Amino acid sequence: MATKVVMEALSPTMEEGRLVEWKKKEGDTIAVGDVLAEVETDKAVMELVARAAGTLLKLAVPVGTTVPVANVVAWIGTPGESVGDGAPPPPPAPARAGTPASAAPVAPLTPPTAAAPAAPGRVKASPLARKIAADRGLDLGAIAGSGPAGRVIARDLDGARPAAAMRAAPPAAAGGYEDVPLSQIRKTIAKRLAQSIGPIPTFYLTTDVDMTRMWEAREALVGTQRGAGAGAGEVKVSFNDIIIKATASALLRHPACNAWWQDDHIRVWHEVHVGMAVAIPDGLITPVIRHAEGKSLREIAAESKDLATRARERKLTPEEYTGSTFSISNLGMLEIEHFTAIINPPEAGILAVGKIRDEAVVVEGQVRVRKAMRLTMSCDHRVIDGATGAQFLKTLKQMLENPLALVF
Amino acid sequence: MAVLTYRDALNQALREEMQRDPSVFLMGEEVGVYNGAYKVSRGLLEEFGPMRVVDTPITELGFAGVGVGAAMVGLRPIVEFMTWNFALLAIDQVVNSAAKMRYMSGGQVGCPIVFRGPGGAALQLASQHSQAFESWYAHIPGLKVVMPATPADAKGLLKSAIRDDDPVVFIEGEMLYNNKGEVPDGEHVVPLGKADVKREGGDVTIVCHSKTVAVALKAAELLATEGISAEVVDLRTIRPLDSGTILTSVGKTHRVVVAEEGWNFAGVGAQVVDLIQQEAFDELDAPVLRVTGADVPMPYNKFLERAAKADAPKVVEAVKKVMYV
Amino acid sequence: MAAASSTALPKKIDAQTADQYRTYLRQMLQIRRFEEKAGEAYSLGKIGGFCHLYIGQEAVAVGTLAALRHDDYLTCSYRDHGHALARGMSARAVMAELFGKAAGCTKGKGGSMHLFDASLGFLGGHGIVGGHIPLTTGIAFAIKYRGGDQVALCYFGEAAVNNGAFHEALNMAALWKLPAIYICENNRYGMGTALERASAIYDISERACSYDMANEVVDGQDVLAVRAAMDRACARARKENLPTLLEIRTYRFMGHSMSDPIHGHYRTKEEVDEQRKRDPITTWGDRLVAAGLIDEAGIKQVDAEVTAEAEDAVRFADEAPEPAPEELWADVYAPVGGN
Repeated sequence: MATKVVMEALSPTMEEGRLVEWKKKEGDTIAVGDVLAEVETDKAVMELVARAAGTLLKLAVPVGTTVPVANVVAWIGTPGESVGDGAPPPPPAPARAGTPASAAPVAPLTPPTAAAPAAPGRVKASPLARKIAADRGLDLGAIAGSGPAGRVIARDLDGARPAAAMRAAPPAAAGGYEDVPLSQIRKTIAKRLAQSIGPIPTFYLTTDVDMTRMWEAREALVGTQRGAGAGAGEVKVSFNDIIIKATASALLRHPACNAWWQDDHIRVWHEVHVGMAVAIPDGLITPVIRHAEGKSLREIAAESKDLATRARERKLTPEEYTGSTFSISNLGMLEIEHFTAIINPPEAGILAVGKIRDEAVVVEGQVRVRKAMRLTMSCDHRVIDGATGAQFLKTLKQMLENPLALVF
Repeated sequence: MAVLTYRDALNQALREEMQRDPSVFLMGEEVGVYNGAYKVSRGLLEEFGPMRVVDTPITELGFAGVGVGAAMVGLRPIVEFMTWNFALLAIDQVVNSAAKMRYMSGGQVGCPIVFRGPGGAALQLASQHSQAFESWYAHIPGLKVVMPATPADAKGLLKSAIRDDDPVVFIEGEMLYNNKGEVPDGEHVVPLGKADVKREGGDVTIVCHSKTVAVALKAAELLATEGISAEVVDLRTIRPLDSGTILTSVGKTHRVVVAEEGWNFAGVGAQVVDLIQQEAFDELDAPVLRVTGADVPMPYNKFLERAAKADAPKVVEAVKKVMYV
Repeated sequence: MAAASSTALPKKIDAQTADQYRTYLRQMLQIRRFEEKAGEAYSLGKIGGFCHLYIGQEAVAVGTLAALRHDDYLTCSYRDHGHALARGMSARAVMAELFGKAAGCTKGKGGSMHLFDASLGFLGGHGIVGGHIPLTTGIAFAIKYRGGDQVALCYFGEAAVNNGAFHEALNMAALWKLPAIYICENNRYGMGTALERASAIYDISERACSYDMANEVVDGQDVLAVRAAMDRACARARKENLPTLLEIRTYRFMGHSMSDPIHGHYRTKEEVDEQRKRDPITTWGDRLVAAGLIDEAGIKQVDAEVTAEAEDAVRFADEAPEPAPEELWADVYAPVGGN
């Protein structure tokens, strides 16, 4: 029989993928490694490549279909060979085969009663399964239950990973609203953020930073860059880059804030990988500036621009958007003065950066204008205590208010 | 440690407590000259005399009330009912007098009394002599209800019951009297209100008491041959119920079967299930199932009687249901 | 009523006896005025639940309890206010209990039907007809068990003797020779059922014959006759360890409880009026006056005192605090198990 081509897990958290485009058609000759299709995962658009050579005998799913990982999407073989129907594999057999209890006449334990009708849309799951699913961020609706009437029970969750929901509602074209199907990334965002706000005991710290001197310093730096006739490769340093650099330096001095909650332990990082939230057309992604603590502003600027560009094109590889130790979300360019960001687990903190605004202050009896910026840090209280977070913020504030500190 | 029958373990507890405390006395039908309908009180009349081992007329309401009256003024009566079926005639004294005395006297008058005797079915004794009433008494605030399953527990719990300052309903089992087991000599006291894990296991908890402890242990053996590890929790005291031990086990196994000899409706198991659904809801991976006596008066025919009783195959069947196998 | 004429006072009355006689009058009047105030408070909604008044039967409690020692025991039915007062419980503690207050004799837990004072051997008003009769046999058993010479008294109405508990308890008391005195307060009606409609034999005392038990019929409206019969029963109990059944014939002037009219359908107004002519208090007062042991002014003086006491009890009960909420959970079990 021909060889199956299955939906592969193209990201660490992918449970299913949407087939965006077939790159080959039935009858094409295929070599190992050929790109067969583009697949939208929960994070990005990835390529599905051939693992076998031969003729593409059948495309089992049409473009636009969402296919669970491990399900067949195509067949490769020799012309004329028979192919399967693409049906999913049968569910695993129960762990133990049931054997009749006893040959003795046994009265029913309870009189037979009519089964309660299942409410539409309600997922039947044991209380324990619900608790485990909530703790681990699992979508019970996406899990096939092996209990009576499909009840999801604890053992069904063994090995399950946080997953996006399976079914997307069809678009409706009614009058006052539009039903937009959930993209993979939107589902993942929803789940991850809900997971965050749920179990993570979060508190928030806000500080006001005087950016006047930093403003002047950046103006000078950008001017210098321009004056030096910066070439095509030279990237203008943004405030965001400066904040990344300062944050990385401050985190080095406050490693307690540069840590992961690991359920049974806390992992404190001594290297700083800063995740920077980037808005993309249907969501956001957090590419990572690795080892930001050791990078120059120029390097950070170049890298952040590249990552942001490719993020918007959905071209990031999983390694480029995972593994951050601390995140920064900046909505200053969208005129937001102050907000709170949601922690990206397992990280313990995220910094929400507001816009830099002119603010009138009285200094020695005279009204002056200064550049002010609000920083708000969301902290996972399981990792960071109030004073710990406050001390980190204080360091960061001092660094941002004194440009020299960045190179100190 | 001596190996004793359940009957002799009870006898030992009675003797030791009567020696220990002169305010303890035993009364009931045939407890003296006859040596006890089930020989639990064998030899006590000779040792303690007729004032402390009192043969009564067949007058359950009367002598139960005599016991309560004596307890009100500081004696520690042990009132033996030949079986708990006959105690229905005395239930006014147990419920309206003994259980209420401390409360309605505003704490002035206590009632340190033990009502004891065999409960539940034996073999082919038919409807009026084969009844498990523990849930009736456990329903009543003011009473404690104790049901030992083993000789050691029989001795240790009876000693605690006699020393307790509240009325204790102590239900033995006719089918348990001949069971043998190791019983610590002398001062062996098992506190009331403490359940006992009779067998440890990880897959499912079987909550049981009295005669169903043996049933559960048998079921656990059968289940072990199929790779299912059952934990057997013997309640020992029905009221006050040891919720801690039950919930700890549920937290470990996530699946529970409650076995009891009595009828299903409002039985002891119903209370256990209520406790679990309130306190351990998120621990459950399956509904809690109950194995009880059939919801009929006990028939005489031995095959019908067997079908009416909670037994190991029924427990195994229920365990498999909660294990989804 | 079998005994229509009262026992004669002794020809020669010493000072001590005279005091005692005046005390009977005071105690009966105290109960009467207390019960009248209780009835009033009930109608004002200050007292809830059941409330069974003792008016008309005062000579029974006073005459019998006068014969008791401090270390004796008694139990009674739910019609227990009179016995509580005659045994020496304070009007305040009893009234506060009727009001359900924390200062009541059972902290507001028992109410009218379940008065207790263990320090006086007053082991309860009991609410189940006949249920406390075996308890008294048990108390008498405990007395004998310990080799004491106290007595255990038990009060119940004539309707209770048709109850199995009565027979079981009396049988054992006679069988085991226990110092128990069973006092049947025959007020002729078990709620609304006349004695003749409930009992196959008219003379309750004859029931004792089944158990070969000493028994007497006593005129319950004559406090002196009650006291004399009680003295005989006590002697029998203390010296011979033998029980007695006293059938004390009396009459309740009020309804069965506060929800029952004074005569209702089961007896006539004429009957009640006729019985009131043998009011145990006025007849006793008349006899004391005739014997020169007190004068009308003296009686008025006593009446004023006990009326003031009843009014004080009502005031006290009204102002007393309610039980603390945590009292709900107290006294279900002993504070510490075991001994």
